[in-house]
This record gives sequence, structure tokens and C-alpha cells, in this order.
Amino acid sequence: MAADTQEASVDSGFGQISRTKDVAFRLLALAATLIGIVSLAALLLNVAVDAVGWLDWGFLTNPPHPNPNNAGFLPAIVGSIAIMIMIALVTFPLGVGAAIYLEEYASDGYLTRFIQLNIANLAGVPSVVYGLLGLGLFVGLFNIGYGSVLAAAFTVSLLILPIVIISAQEAIRSVPDSQRQASYGMGATKWQTIRNVVLPRAMPGIMTGTILALGRAIGETAPLIMIAAPTTVFGVPNSLLSKVSAMPLQIYNWASYPQTEFQYGVVAAGVVTLLVILLTINSVAIIIRNRYQQRT
Amino acid sequence: MTNRQMTSSETEQTDDQQPNPTPGTDSLADRGTDIGVETSSRDDPATVADRTIIESRDLDVYYGDDQALNGISMEIPEQQVTALIGPSGCGKSTFLRSINRMNDLIDIARVDGELFFREKNVYDDDVDPVALRRRIGMVFQSPNPFPKSIYDNVAYGLRVQGQDDNLDEKVHTALERAALLDEVEDQLDSSGLDLSGGQQQRLCIARAIAPDPEVILMDEPASALDPVATSKIEDLIEDLAEEYTVIIVTHNMQQAARISDKTAVFLTGGNLVEFDDTTKIFENPESDRVEDYITGKFG
Repeated sequence: MAADTQEASVDSGFGQISRTKDVAFRLLALAATLIGIVSLAALLLNVAVDAVGWLDWGFLTNPPHPNPNNAGFLPAIVGSIAIMIMIALVTFPLGVGAAIYLEEYASDGYLTRFIQLNIANLAGVPSVVYGLLGLGLFVGLFNIGYGSVLAAAFTVSLLILPIVIISAQEAIRSVPDSQRQASYGMGATKWQTIRNVVLPRAMPGIMTGTILALGRAIGETAPLIMIAAPTTVFGVPNSLLSKVSAMPLQIYNWASYPQTEFQYGVVAAGVVTLLVILLTINSVAIIIRNRYQQRT
Repeated sequence: MTNRQMTSSETEQTDDQQPNPTPGTDSLADRGTDIGVETSSRDDPATVADRTIIESRDLDVYYGDDQALNGISMEIPEQQVTALIGPSGCGKSTFLRSINRMNDLIDIARVDGELFFREKNVYDDDVDPVALRRRIGMVFQSPNPFPKSIYDNVAYGLRVQGQDDNLDEKVHTALERAALLDEVEDQLDSSGLDLSGGQQQRLCIARAIAPDPEVILMDEPASALDPVATSKIEDLIEDLAEEYTVIIVTHNMQQAARISDKTAVFLTGGNLVEFDDTTKIFENPESDRVEDYITGKFG
């Protein structure tokens, strides 16, 4: 009797259920997020503080100089931007073309799966290996010059091409099949369907992937060293075949100077410039992408 | 009197009436959509009554190792509404999609047998499925307008088929025929996705009829719609049958009974069990299984 009444009062069927694990997991996830954000913020703050007094108009418009007070970043900035533009021109059509082929044209056979698997693997190959390929292929075989703008752009393009292809494929795959069916049902050819229906819907996703890949490209150093890009050039590149340095290479070079003014001040100024340019390119690209998205 | 009402009374007379193709109305050849099929113009309904436009002979369709259609033979009359009914997985949609070769888009699909459109086997090597689809329009189960303006949606088929002269006029005509013009006349530039589900489906119908196909295939066009939108679509289908041959797949037997002239009943295993006048199928079917299905004993 006593047991019966006790049970009835305790278990109404809607009692409080333990949330201990809920709360614990929530805190764990929050901690994981904060560790990432706080360390990034600390890094940015540290670099920004170090850059004060060094990052000025002269730094942005002068060529490098052995005296830290006169050191400038201009050739590396122009070099990086030139390389980026070339990379975008090379990877966008190649990457989107390959993605369209794999998603829309290729039949689902062994060859396609083999290509697919290898593209995924290529995305994980270390950049120094691409540098070696670039050295052998573009510098050695095609003879387009040690450390030239073109050699640098082609080499880094190979590096990010798999990333561009994979993200473009995902964007194309996310276009609902009902849209393709509607187009084919109207008597559209494959190309008409791809151009009018698939690509417009996939374009924001393709652009996001390309932007992220370009963000990775601008920070690459190892492949540039492999194709013998000079760490320091004193003149702005004036042709696609002139020798070029890039921002991360120049920063790496400064960091190895003996003077502390270089190791802290000038390097910090270079890092801040690199980040600002990267973020600017990304934001411009995102704005373009959003425009595109609204139009459709 | 509608075409549908006339056809039964005029059936006996058609044998001695000559089809009356009018030269000059066939612009299809000019559009580069000639698939080697003789195109007849749209005749007076009386003269075409019960003329076969699509005929399948022993049509089998396989998806990989699974057989989806088993030896389907049927003759579909021109300018009438033919309904394909049956339980899920019976192959009725597969049959519909084999008419305009949409099954070609599925890698594992394979077709045996023959399917004639105006006496030309559409599975012959010299038939381009793209050209075929320009003469056989299609409306899908859930409305699938493009994320473009209403105008561009309707103009889509005209543009891809290179019929972009008098575009404004053709778009307006198609919207009017699809009973949508009054509702969207002032917002042709707004997105087709902003319309309600029923309006979207009528937009898809406008899109399908804009290039003036000869046959319209409809794959459960009202199954995603509410009753009011459904009844508008049904009215529209009856109107369309005055000019087009309509073949409609439906789950809804009352719908088939309301709008169709002929009904084909597919039952499990991809078999066509009975194909006859709709009134016959619903009032006095030959097959017991069809009767059981119609009366809701299974399915």
C-alpha cells in the first residue's frame, strides 16, 4: 500500500528529466568555439599592436630596403595580386568545366569514379609537392622562367584546382533535379539546360568555393619557393614573365633578418597588409556573389 | 459542346472522313524539330476523333534488373484526355515518361518494344529525343517553375526552341490558355516562385503549352495542390483537350472519371490490365481486378 502511493506521487509521467549531459555538452561546445576565436583574436591584436608605427603609406608604396625604416612592401603586394588574378582566370573556367563534365556529362562508370577519387586525393597533396611539379613542368619543360608570374600562378592554380572542382561539383549537385527535368521536358538540349538552369542556380555556391580556394592560394609560400620565386624583388613586376615575389614570401624573408625591427615591426606590418588584402578580396567576392543570388 | 462530348457521337462517322491536314500550319519543320514524323495540323475535332496519335506495342521498360513495364500495348487517341491510373509503383509514370523519352535521362533505364508517335517509332535511331520533347510537352507532379520571372518561365521553351519571334504575344497567349493571365498580368516581371502552389502549376502548364506542342503529358499534376487549385487545373485540362492530346497520370480515380475520355488501368508489376472508354472502365469493367481497384477493395 505505502509503496503504491509513493510511486504514484513520484512518477506523474511528466517529471523533470536530467539535463546534466545537455548542459555539459553545451559548455564543452562553447569552450571549443571560444578557444578558436580567442586565440585568433589574440593573434590579430598582437600583430596589430606590433605593426603600429611601421604600417604607413611609405611601407605600402616603397620597394624593400635594408633599412627597416625605409622597408616597403609594394613589389610583393603587386606580385601577389597579379598572381591571384591569373589564378582566378585559370582555375575558374577549368574548375567549373571539370565539375560540369563530372556532374552532368560523365556517366557513372569506373573511369568517372577513378577520376573523382583522384581529385579528392589531389586536394590533400602537400603544397610543396605541387611546387616540385610546377618546377618540373612550367619552369623546366615549358621554360616560362624561374619564379615568373605565370609559373607561380600556374603552379598555385594546380594546387587549388581540386578544391575548386569539388566545391563546384557540390554546388551543381545541389541544384534540384526537378529543375533539370523541367528544362529537358521543354525540349532543351543538355547545354541549354546547363547554361540556363543549372549554372545560374549553382553559381553562388561555385563562387563561394572559388573564393575560399583563392584565400588559400594567397597565403601559399612553399610552392613559390620551389619554383624559385625570389623572396625579395625590388621592382614591381611589369610582365607575366618577370620575376615576382609574393607577400608571404617577403614576410618570410624579413622574419629571417637579424634586426629586431624587421622581425617584429616590419613583419607585423606585412602580416596586417596581407590579411587586409585577403579580407578585401573575400568581401568583394561575397558582395558580387550576393548580387548574383538576388538576381535569380 | 466540347470536343469530348462530341467524340462519342461522331465516332461512327470518322471512318469515311478524310483527315484534313492544312499545309502551312506546320511550322515545326521550320524550327528544326523535324523528327521524321509527318506532322498533322490541328483539325476540326470531329475529323480527328479516335485517330491514334500514340501507340505502344509490347513496350517493356527496365530499371537495371527490375522490370517496370511489362508488354504494354495501347493506342492513345488524338485530342482527347487519356488517364493512366493504378496503385503506386504500377508503372504508369514510367509509361508516361517513356512517351517523350524522359527515361533516357536515367542511366539504368532500358526500353524494349516500340512506341509510335504519329506512326514513327520514337525509339528509332534517327529520332532525336530533344526534337521529340519539343512536340510533346510535360507537366510534372510538383510545380517546378524556374527561379526566374513569370515571363521568362513561360518564354523558356520558346527561347530554347528558337521560337523567339513575337515573344510577348506568345507568352500572353500561353498564360491566357493556362487561365493564369488575369491573376499575373501586372506582375510578369516578378519571380514565378512568389506564386501560390496552384498558380505555379498553372504557370508550368503555360510554360509547357507556350511552344505549342501536340501532346501534353501530365504526371499527377494536381497531387500537391489543395481542392480549389485542383479543380482549376481540372477545368483547364478539359479546355486544353480541345486543342491538345492530354495524357494524365493520376492517383485520384474521381479525377480520372471527371476529366478523361479514355482510362488505362495499370496494376502491380507494370501490367496494363484494361484500357477503354472512361465510362466503361468505371461503370462496367471487364476485369474483376479493375473492378476491385475502382471500388477501392485494394490499391
